[in-house]
Amino acid sequence: MSTIYILWLRQLKRYFRSKPRIIGSLGQPLLFLVALGFGLGPIFQKAGGGNYIQFLAPGIISMGIIFTALFSGIEIIWDRQFGFLKETLVAPTSRLEIMIGRTLGGATVASFQGILILFLSFLVGFRPENIMILPFAFIFIFLTALLFTALGTAIASVLEDMQGFQLIMNFLVMPLFFLSGALFPLNGLPKALTIVASINPLSYGVDGLRDTLTNVSHFGLFPDLLILSVITGIILVIGSYLFSKIQI
Amino acid sequence: MLAIEVKNLTKEFNDLKAVDNVSFEVQEGEIFAFLGPNGAGKTTTIKILTTLLRPTSGEISLNGSDPIKEQNTVRRSFGIVFQDPSLDDELTAYENMEFHGVLYKVSKEIRINRIEQLLKFVELWDRKDELVKNFSGGMKRRLEVARGLIHHPKILFLDEPTLGLDPQTRNHIWNYIKSLNKEENMTVFFTTHYMDEAEKVAKKVAIIDHGKIISQGTVEELKKNTKTDSLEDAFLSLTGTTIREEKSNNLDHMRMHRRIRY
Repeated sequence: MSTIYILWLRQLKRYFRSKPRIIGSLGQPLLFLVALGFGLGPIFQKAGGGNYIQFLAPGIISMGIIFTALFSGIEIIWDRQFGFLKETLVAPTSRLEIMIGRTLGGATVASFQGILILFLSFLVGFRPENIMILPFAFIFIFLTALLFTALGTAIASVLEDMQGFQLIMNFLVMPLFFLSGALFPLNGLPKALTIVASINPLSYGVDGLRDTLTNVSHFGLFPDLLILSVITGIILVIGSYLFSKIQI
Repeated sequence: MLAIEVKNLTKEFNDLKAVDNVSFEVQEGEIFAFLGPNGAGKTTTIKILTTLLRPTSGEISLNGSDPIKEQNTVRRSFGIVFQDPSLDDELTAYENMEFHGVLYKVSKEIRINRIEQLLKFVELWDRKDELVKNFSGGMKRRLEVARGLIHHPKILFLDEPTLGLDPQTRNHIWNYIKSLNKEENMTVFFTTHYMDEAEKVAKKVAIIDHGKIISQGTVEELKKNTKTDSLEDAFLSLTGTTIREEKSNNLDHMRMHRRIRY
C-alpha cells in the first residue's frame, strides 16, 4: 500500500510543481472552446442542434483528460531515459504495485486537469443541467483518465525513446479524439465513421460525460459506463503486462 | 558463506557477447572490485546480478537466492548505486531519499533517522528541501550514494560510485562504506576506473575484458602474476593500452541534449 501511495504522490508532486505545464495545457482546450464553440455555434443552432457550447464542453473536457493522462503514462520514457525507472525497478516491490501507483497518480492528475477545464468552460457559458448528478460526471472523468494513463503506460513500456511520440500523437491520440463524438453528434454519420466511433473507447467516455453533464446521450448512460469500465480493465491488464516485461 | 556466486554467466545482445562465460565468487563481508576497460561487460554483469536484465545462460546466486526466479528476495538483499544518474530531478533531495526508504519498506522511525544521518554525512542536510535539478554533478552523486545506503543492504553494488568526485569526497565516502562493511558485515561489489581506489579498499579483484574474466585474486596476487608493482600497471599489462570505443545509445544522445538544454 505504501508503495502505491508514494508513487501516486510522486506523480502529483511532479504535476503541481510544473505550473507552466498546467497552464500550458489549459490553453488548447480554451482555444477549442472559444473558436469552435462560438465559431460553429450559430450554424449548430440553425441546424437544430441546440446550444453548441453545451454540446462541446464535455468533449473538450475529455480532450484535456486524454492528453494529460496519456502524457502521464508516457512519462515512463523520461524516467527510463533519465535513469529513475531503474531505481524503481530494482526495489523489492512488485511491478504491479509500481504500475498501479503510477497509473492512479497519472489518472488523478488528469482528472484534476479535466475538472479545471470544466471550470474553464463555465467562463464561456457552459452550464451543467443538473448539479445533483455532477458526482457521476466525476466517475466518467476518472475512468477516462485511468484508461488513457494505462494506455500511455502500455505504449511507453514498448517505446525506447521519445522519437515515437509524434507518431503516437498523430496516429492514435488525434484520431481517438476527433473520431469520438467530442466535436459533433454521432447521429446520421456515414457508416464507416459510425463504426469507427463505436469502437473508439473515448466515444463512451465523452458520451457518458455528456449524459451526466447535459443529459444528452447517444449510447445511453449504462452502456457507456459498462463499456468504458470493461475497456479500462482490459487496457490496465495489457499495460501491467507490458510494464512487467520492461528490461533496462 | 558466499554472498555472490556466478557460474558460466553469458549475456548476448543480438550478435554481441557482452558477457562471455564468466564465473566468480564473492565471500560474505568481502570488498570486491570488478575492474575492466570501458565496454568490458561490467555494467551488464551488475544489471544481471541486480535483476534488471535476464542472462542468456549461466547460474547466479545472491545470498543463496536466484535473481531470476526469486526476484523479490534478491531485491530486498542488495542496494545499488548506478553508474548513470537515477534520481528524480523534480523531487527534492529529501523526497528522493524518502521515496527510496518507502520502496524498500524501511520503517518510518528508522527511515527518518537514517535519512537525516546520511544526508548529514554527505553534507546535503542543509539543502535537503531543494530540487535535485539544481544540484551539481558531485552533489547528485553524493545523494545517490547516500540513497543506496538507507536500507542497509547485505550486498552493496557500486557501479563507479566515485566518478567525478573530488579526492576529499571519495575518501569520505569510502571510509563510510568501509565502516559499514566492518560493522554490518556488508558485502561490497564495486567497479571503478580509479585503480588506486581499488588497490586501497578491495580485498579481491577480478579483471574483465571483452566480456571474459582474464584474471582474479587479491591485489597482491595480481601484482605478483604480472610482475608489476601497482594495480594500475597490472591492469594495463593484462588489458593492453589500446583505447576502447563504447557504442553510443539513445541514452547518451538524450544526456547530451539535456546538457545542452540546461
